[in-house]
Amino acid sequence: MHARRSPMTPLVLLTLPAFALPVGGLAESPLAWWQSTPALLALAIVLASLVLARWTPRTAFTEALLLAPGLFAGAALPLVLLDGGVALDQAAGLWMFLAGILALLWHVMERLTECSGFFRHLLVPALFGVMLIYLWEVGVRGFQVPSVLLPPPSSIAGALTTQTANLEDDFFQTVIKAVLRGYLWGCGAGFAVAILADRVPFLARGLLPFGNLVSAIPVVGIAPIMVMWFGFDWPSKAAVVVVMTFFPMLVNTLAGLAASEAIQLDLMRSYAAGYWRTLLMLRLPNAMPFLFNGLKINSTLALIGAIVAEFFGTPVVGMGFRISTEVARMNLSIVWATIVVAGITGSLMYGGLSWLERTVTAWHPSYRRR
Amino acid sequence: MGSSSTLPVAEAIATTPAENRPIVDIRTLSLIFKAADKPVTALDGIDLRINSGDFVSLIGPSGCGKTTLLRVIADLEQPTSGDITVNGLTPEAARLKRAYGYVFQAPALYPWRTVERNVTLPLEIIGLDKTERQRRSAQQLALVGLAGFEKKFPWQLSGGMQQRVSIARALAFEPDLLLMDEPFGALDEITRDHLNSQLSRLWRTTGKTCVFVTHSISEAVFLSTRIVVMSPRPGRILDVIDCDLPRERSLEMRESQRFQDIAARVRHGLAEGHSYDE
Ligand SMILES: Nc1ncnc2c1ncn2[C@@H]1O[C@H](COP(=O)(O)OP(=O)(O)O)[C@@H](O)[C@H]1O
Ligand SMILES: [Mg+2]
Repeated sequence: MHARRSPMTPLVLLTLPAFALPVGGLAESPLAWWQSTPALLALAIVLASLVLARWTPRTAFTEALLLAPGLFAGAALPLVLLDGGVALDQAAGLWMFLAGILALLWHVMERLTECSGFFRHLLVPALFGVMLIYLWEVGVRGFQVPSVLLPPPSSIAGALTTQTANLEDDFFQTVIKAVLRGYLWGCGAGFAVAILADRVPFLARGLLPFGNLVSAIPVVGIAPIMVMWFGFDWPSKAAVVVVMTFFPMLVNTLAGLAASEAIQLDLMRSYAAGYWRTLLMLRLPNAMPFLFNGLKINSTLALIGAIVAEFFGTPVVGMGFRISTEVARMNLSIVWATIVVAGITGSLMYGGLSWLERTVTAWHPSYRRR
Repeated sequence: MGSSSTLPVAEAIATTPAENRPIVDIRTLSLIFKAADKPVTALDGIDLRINSGDFVSLIGPSGCGKTTLLRVIADLEQPTSGDITVNGLTPEAARLKRAYGYVFQAPALYPWRTVERNVTLPLEIIGLDKTERQRRSAQQLALVGLAGFEKKFPWQLSGGMQQRVSIARALAFEPDLLLMDEPFGALDEITRDHLNSQLSRLWRTTGKTCVFVTHSISEAVFLSTRIVVMSPRPGRILDVIDCDLPRERSLEMRESQRFQDIAARVRHGLAEGHSYDE
């Protein structure tokens, strides 16, 4: 089956009225296409690449390659106009033109999806991400959205570069000191207690209701208490993380240890395998999907926990501290830069764990490939 | 004891009838499961003596306690009353000495291990070195017709192939006593015939003692020296039929009059169990 291809000719025709409408506004008066050199230049490049892509023999990839300059020039036009002081909030023609460029990008992504592995798995998602960020930039700047509401990605990127030192310190304080330690201690303790509770049934019975209770307490309840107990610096944040991650790990490990089938256990028994050997060779491998489930849930919980906990008292460093103070000072681009760092950190932790899970439990039905 | 499996595979030695030493000795054994609603008498007054070198088949309708009896021998289930010894020891002591290999009704393979590493699992537990483990695994996988599948995972195999891996796993353990619970139930007729011949030959040449659960009369007659016919509710032994065919068996033998006569006796015994029950 061939993938359905969007036809290009009607697309070009639909975009034609755009050129009768203004491409922007300059000093309160509309700016026509033929009055703006960048607009004409961009238009020329787009047309040239359209013509080339239409009339040269091509594969999916060469077509994408030939259309790339057109896409790039088209996408650059609003940014160039904005930098030239042109207002875009009344520029109906430009927005229609941009819609056409997006449709073209759609077409290119569709073609790239037909290509082999690298393009399909890396280039297409990358293009998609770039497109979202680009639309955010152009939308926010073109319609002059106040940066307190939503700063454009360029100013967030600016904050990332000018505030690198601060952001690094925050990362070190929050992630390396609090999250990582708290996560390792919380997950480690949850795992160890689960192994113990598995051997001593009354422990499991006693702990699980207590665990439900603790899980029901929000971070904002735990954090101030931990600050009282462990002081303002990272140990109180790590303690919050320990409290938040301990029970999910305990519950998941217990469920995992119960996952072995009776017949699998009988087999071990028939070999006169003892408790530890059965644990290592049978029960823990069977528990792996559950353990990873706990680790993944906890990676998200830990980051949220540490950041929120910093709202309740901290030395003058840390991601939560940065967010709370810079919000108060209306430096939203720094707040967003911190959010970007947190987002990337969380994704990397989660992604790393997912990758490890797929490697370790490739045998599990959810990952099997014949 | 225990030396027969390490002897070279030589007809001369193996065809010598083993000395009549009891391997499994069961006296007036009963087992009652305390189920939630009402207790189930799974085994009632079982008396059975299995000698070294015997091939004993347990046959009977579903629920007559065949699996339970096998599990009692394997110390996977505790009798409510009566006596049982395995190799002259309590079942627990025998299990701890790794006296038997058990083939379960389901393959019970570990999905994270390859076929080869499933077969070598018990060998790792008893601490054999790697080359010996691989040698035995290759040998037994070839025997069950799975040479070349070493690096596959269980889920890449059909149900019948998985069951053959579990048979290879039990054989690689080289136990003197082999307990098998409907090992060929999931296999097609042709594979089943083939494995029946292989098992018969293995038993004859190594002098193992086998306790074998089956639903198939002809399989029981083909393989066994004795056939134990059981009846359900409560699980009892109805009849023990001697199956005095020559020790060396061929599939053609199934057409012989002697074979047919024994099969008829078993069928008769089973039918009697039913009339007794209803
Ligand atoms: N774990 C158990 N708990 C309660 N009842 C059981 C259990 N195992 C088996 N039984 C009952 O014992 C009887 C004998 O079962 P089983 O030995 O599996 O029979 P067979 O293998 O001959 O089909 C059946 O009535 C079965 O329901
Ligand atoms: Mg059964």
